Amino acid sequence: MTGREQLLWVVLPYLCLVTFIGGHVWRYRYDKFGWTTRSSQMYERRILRIASPLFHFGILAAIGGHVVGILVPKSWTESVGVSEGAYHVVALSLGAVAGVCTVVGMALLIYRRRTVGPVFSATTKNDKLMYVVLAATIVLGLVTTVLGNVTGHPHDYRETVAPYFRSIFWFSPDTARISEAPLGFQVHVEMAWLLFALWPFTRLVHVFSAPIGYLTRPYIVYRSREQRPARRGWEPVSRPDQRGR
Amino acid sequence: MKVMAQMAMVMNLDKCIGCHTCSVTCKQAWTNRSGVEYVWFNNVETRPGQGYPRTYQDQERWKGGWTLNKRGRLALRAGGRVKKLLSIFSNPLMPGIDDYYEPWTYDYETLTNAPAQQHTPVARPKSLISGKDMKIAWSANWDDNLGGGPTLTADDPVLKSIGEKIVLDFEQTFMFYLPRICEHCLNPSCAASCPSGAIYKRSEDGIVLVDQDRCRGWRMCVTGCPYKKIYFNHRTGKAEKCTFCFPRVEVGIPTVCSETCVGRLRYIGIVLYDADRVLEAASTPDDKDLYAAQRSVLLDPDDPEVQRAAEEAGIPRDWVTAAQRSPVWALINRFEVALPLHPEYRTMPMVWYIPPLSPVVDSLSTSGHDAESSGNLFGAIDALRIPISYLAELFTAGDPKPVRDVLARLAAMRSFMRDVNLGREPDVGIADAVGMTPEDIEDMHRLLAIAKYEDRYVIPTVHVEGADPGVLAHRLEESATECSLDYDGGPGMGGSGPFGETSGGATPIAVENFHMLKQRQTGDTVVDPGDRSKRVNLLNWDGKGEAKDLLPPRAEKDEP
Repeated sequence: MTGREQLLWVVLPYLCLVTFIGGHVWRYRYDKFGWTTRSSQMYERRILRIASPLFHFGILAAIGGHVVGILVPKSWTESVGVSEGAYHVVALSLGAVAGVCTVVGMALLIYRRRTVGPVFSATTKNDKLMYVVLAATIVLGLVTTVLGNVTGHPHDYRETVAPYFRSIFWFSPDTARISEAPLGFQVHVEMAWLLFALWPFTRLVHVFSAPIGYLTRPYIVYRSREQRPARRGWEPVSRPDQRGR
Repeated sequence: MKVMAQMAMVMNLDKCIGCHTCSVTCKQAWTNRSGVEYVWFNNVETRPGQGYPRTYQDQERWKGGWTLNKRGRLALRAGGRVKKLLSIFSNPLMPGIDDYYEPWTYDYETLTNAPAQQHTPVARPKSLISGKDMKIAWSANWDDNLGGGPTLTADDPVLKSIGEKIVLDFEQTFMFYLPRICEHCLNPSCAASCPSGAIYKRSEDGIVLVDQDRCRGWRMCVTGCPYKKIYFNHRTGKAEKCTFCFPRVEVGIPTVCSETCVGRLRYIGIVLYDADRVLEAASTPDDKDLYAAQRSVLLDPDDPEVQRAAEEAGIPRDWVTAAQRSPVWALINRFEVALPLHPEYRTMPMVWYIPPLSPVVDSLSTSGHDAESSGNLFGAIDALRIPISYLAELFTAGDPKPVRDVLARLAAMRSFMRDVNLGREPDVGIADAVGMTPEDIEDMHRLLAIAKYEDRYVIPTVHVEGADPGVLAHRLEESATECSLDYDGGPGMGGSGPFGETSGGATPIAVENFHMLKQRQTGDTVVDPGDRSKRVNLLNWDGKGEAKDLLPPRAEKDEP
């Protein structure tokens, strides 16, 4: 393992993961008020109506695909009788649909963000940085997959990227595997690590407030006045001379 | 029986002169910030008219509130939980900024900066959304006083649902003002629509609030509320709504809108209700029975059974006493003159209205009749079918009978009290005709015409373990007695956290006030630069003396 490999595939990923987890914990504690989707629907509805569901459902499907493709070992799918060929066809067809939806949705959203005045002026530097990293990650992923298949040499990432990714969680990173992967995959993975590091400090945190609990909670929420979370800092001390009016 | 207390309001529409003082003071207290420029927690509409946001009452279009599904069970009109989550990425039923209005300011600086020229310089309107020049085309009360104007009024959803051809000629029309705040419903559909569970009803006083730390900006509440009284702060990405000025009512003083109401038409008090029966009442099959169903949920605070249940539910003794003295309870149930706004939305709204008799009286007096003779009035109420059906569409889901009864009681009070005031023998028959006793009529007259501050606002203070109202009052006056720098994201943060202008903690109101004045005076941009620290604090003004910071300090005069 060279020093470069060590840096790219061990040090950086762990730094990014620590930032990802620690950042979220810290942000949740420090900045619940800023934890929001920051919707711009008030400013513009027409493009958003198409682009936002397209992007979001596309990326949800893509995330689902990544879970199946990377977290589930190849041996598991083969043991239930799914051959590499069958897996590849399914993954490629579903992945292509999801990928195209995501990219088209994202392109429309970025176009909207740039051209609609109020939306653009509500875009912070933080948002712009996030858009660059997110778009780069998504485009790299899609391009790598498409190019591999167009040239007739699809790379089986389940032999390289996936075992490496899982090995991160056993704390024994398999850098040899990822080093075998084509450059496109490597850059996609590195971008993804960067994206994870950036994640907690951007509006992307809204992913973790997906309101699943809504499906089960009662419609009307009652809360006592006393359940208000205490303001941090000192409780004001009452002075007798200021009581009453 | 599960007894709960609810802070409620009654507005006497006969007294509303449409001066918008409530709206302006409310705005000064709560929504004078960037992100909520277009927001009026309190607004005053001219009826007939389109309202604010435009045609919000058209639930075929906006799908607010509740409806009964095919099985006769209560369901959100905009769709249930799964549908909500599936449409979360773009809510098609949310009004856009155009449906409210595009907020603007003026380029006042050119008035002082313009070079010497032949023509007077003009302050042009600048959009507060885009910062560009704009053409002002609509506002929160654009159709103010245009009750009969055919161009705009024809789009009034209430007029449309009456389904009659209505002559909108100015000389034959009627109009009145409708001040609106959040209804603080017993069955709030905004709370039910919130995917994050951030909107809650306070169990002590029933005030509906948005937890700013839990709101994630999914915008479903805006759709859910049929009154469109939840607003999306486009800067912070959070929902905001009328708070019933909870920091004020907690210490026993009325809301800012009530405090500053010129016509003194608002009444605040608590009512006790049976929380177990809310769902059943809201599911009443026939829309027209909803007004009665809603009243039946309220509990009589003089009933010993209710008092015992209230005690078991942990409602303090002084709250029960306040419920007995509550002007709201009296107007709703003893005199039966207060009606809920749009009960057919099935949210059980808790801001009630005394419908205006004025259109009837006006019509009589302009046609040369004695507008205070009971015979004339009673006859005219029935003859003026259009105002009655319009009012019924607003207050009783289209059932004219309760409205007619209320107007008859108000008319009876006028005629009866005229005799009393002129020293004549009052006609007991007038009282009988509307099913009231002379004492009832005189009590009602006292409450409607001459009630003092203490009678209009019967607000019990909140009970806090180990604290007294003095401590709360102290908290209310944050900046006056505490160091206003003592919190995260305070003045040192410059109004903006590291993740954009919305991050960091929510700012205490008095601190925002401090910054507002500073930035107004030192800012050099036309359009609000987007910091959230800008408003005069009327929140802790109790009507005595001058509101702090409302007017700039007087310049010290030099000694001659």
